[in-house]
Amino acid sequence: MSINRRNFLNIFLGTGFLGWVGSILYPLISYLIPPKVSEAKIQSVKAGIAADFPSNSGKIIKFGRKPVILIKTNKNKFVALSATCTHLDCIVRYRADTNQILCACHNGLYDLKGRNISGPPPRPLTAFNVNILNEEIIISKPSEMS
Amino acid sequence: MNKKSDDRLLNWLDERFNISPFLDFMKHKQVPIHKHSVWYYMGGVALFLFMVQVLTGILLLLYYQPGVDSSYESIRFIVTKVNFGWLIRSLHSWSANLLVLFIFIHMFSTFFTGAFKNPRELTWLSGFILLALALGFGFSGYLLPWNELAFFATKVGTDITGAVPLVGKAIKIFLRGSEDVTGGTLLRFYAFHVAIIPAIFTFVLSVHLLFIQRQGMHEPDFYKKLPREKQKTIAFFPDFFLKDILLWLIVLNILLFLAVFFPWDIGIKADPFASAPQGIRPEWYFMFMFQTLKLLPAHILFIEGEIVGVLMFGVGGVAWMLLPFWAGKINAQIRTRVLTTLGLLVVAFILVMTIIGYVM
Repeated sequence: MSINRRNFLNIFLGTGFLGWVGSILYPLISYLIPPKVSEAKIQSVKAGIAADFPSNSGKIIKFGRKPVILIKTNKNKFVALSATCTHLDCIVRYRADTNQILCACHNGLYDLKGRNISGPPPRPLTAFNVNILNEEIIISKPSEMS
Repeated sequence: MNKKSDDRLLNWLDERFNISPFLDFMKHKQVPIHKHSVWYYMGGVALFLFMVQVLTGILLLLYYQPGVDSSYESIRFIVTKVNFGWLIRSLHSWSANLLVLFIFIHMFSTFFTGAFKNPRELTWLSGFILLALALGFGFSGYLLPWNELAFFATKVGTDITGAVPLVGKAIKIFLRGSEDVTGGTLLRFYAFHVAIIPAIFTFVLSVHLLFIQRQGMHEPDFYKKLPREKQKTIAFFPDFFLKDILLWLIVLNILLFLAVFFPWDIGIKADPFASAPQGIRPEWYFMFMFQTLKLLPAHILFIEGEIVGVLMFGVGGVAWMLLPFWAGKINAQIRTRVLTTLGLLVVAFILVMTIIGYVM
């Protein structure tokens, strides 16, 4: 009988203790998880006058909170790709001498279509749409992303 | 006269706190003297460098202001405007690097002399935790100047944790404070660097030192086999202690020489919307891991190369941490040879990858 009472008290107090630990840990862990900051849904950004953009060069454009690389090829064609390297999150750059996109962090290479052609990147860069409207460059999200 | 007043103070304290067992222990503790005794000093040097870190770190806190618009500027202010700010900042950076170096030397000397074995398993384990915490110190402190190199190194370093199966993404967001490396990450790293890691480090360090004091210095096998009269020792206090202090003074001089003649660079302020510059690299002690990830192909079989790399280092790290618990199970006749070969391979791997990282 006394053992049963002891068991009962152990379970009773043990459960209470676990509940107490949980009530301490839950707000603590919740506090450590950063809150989601609402982001304005950006569908397109303006990136300057097409004629002013030098040929065979690239530039990082702010697309909301994400970087996008805008490239004017040596044939004066515009290409926009996500600038975040698919390997480990670095920001890529345009290499004018080889007409490729390089991630300097781990020497990842992409071609002008964003395809990963050498080095560690596992996936291609996401392509963005580029339109010229009244001489102005407009970069917009690809349809499957919006 | 002085001796007398010393005795009176000791007696006064002894009456109240019963400190004589402690004093007896200090008086009787002996340190073995043999051809490998030099390695006994490496942990002490690391301890000294940690004290330098605490002191210079507190001094930097007086002027450092964490924040995207203030971190870089406040470090520039410390280095250019504050009296001897350049010296304090440079000492902190140099001492941090030497600290990690001496922890590595201390660890490998413990490994190769077999000091980690029974009964010192927990000393090894606590030492490994201290190494991990020191690397955490380095990684979090590297971002605090908010410069370009540190920004991308942090992006890469925290993205790697995202490759850990199941919990990776949660850890990554916890470390970054959001999806990306932002001002929020800087604040988090600041909190890790000046509050969370120091608190844990101080506790584990106390335990580590307590274990060492309780068990005394490890005696290598060849020393144990010597006849009793040939086992030379010196008293821990004051003989060994004074030698320790002398070495600390030498290290302090080297540190000051490095800080004065090779002051640490501030770099270029980080811009989250700029391409990663050429020659991006982490601190030298992460270089071997960084270089290995760089050399792994995009896919190994069906798995992404980086996941294979992260798993490899994760499994290797855990095995290294638990070394004293499995090393004893190796056949006694070949144990020393197997462990020495393994240790040399690990050292060679780290050295080769680090050198390739800097040359390529």
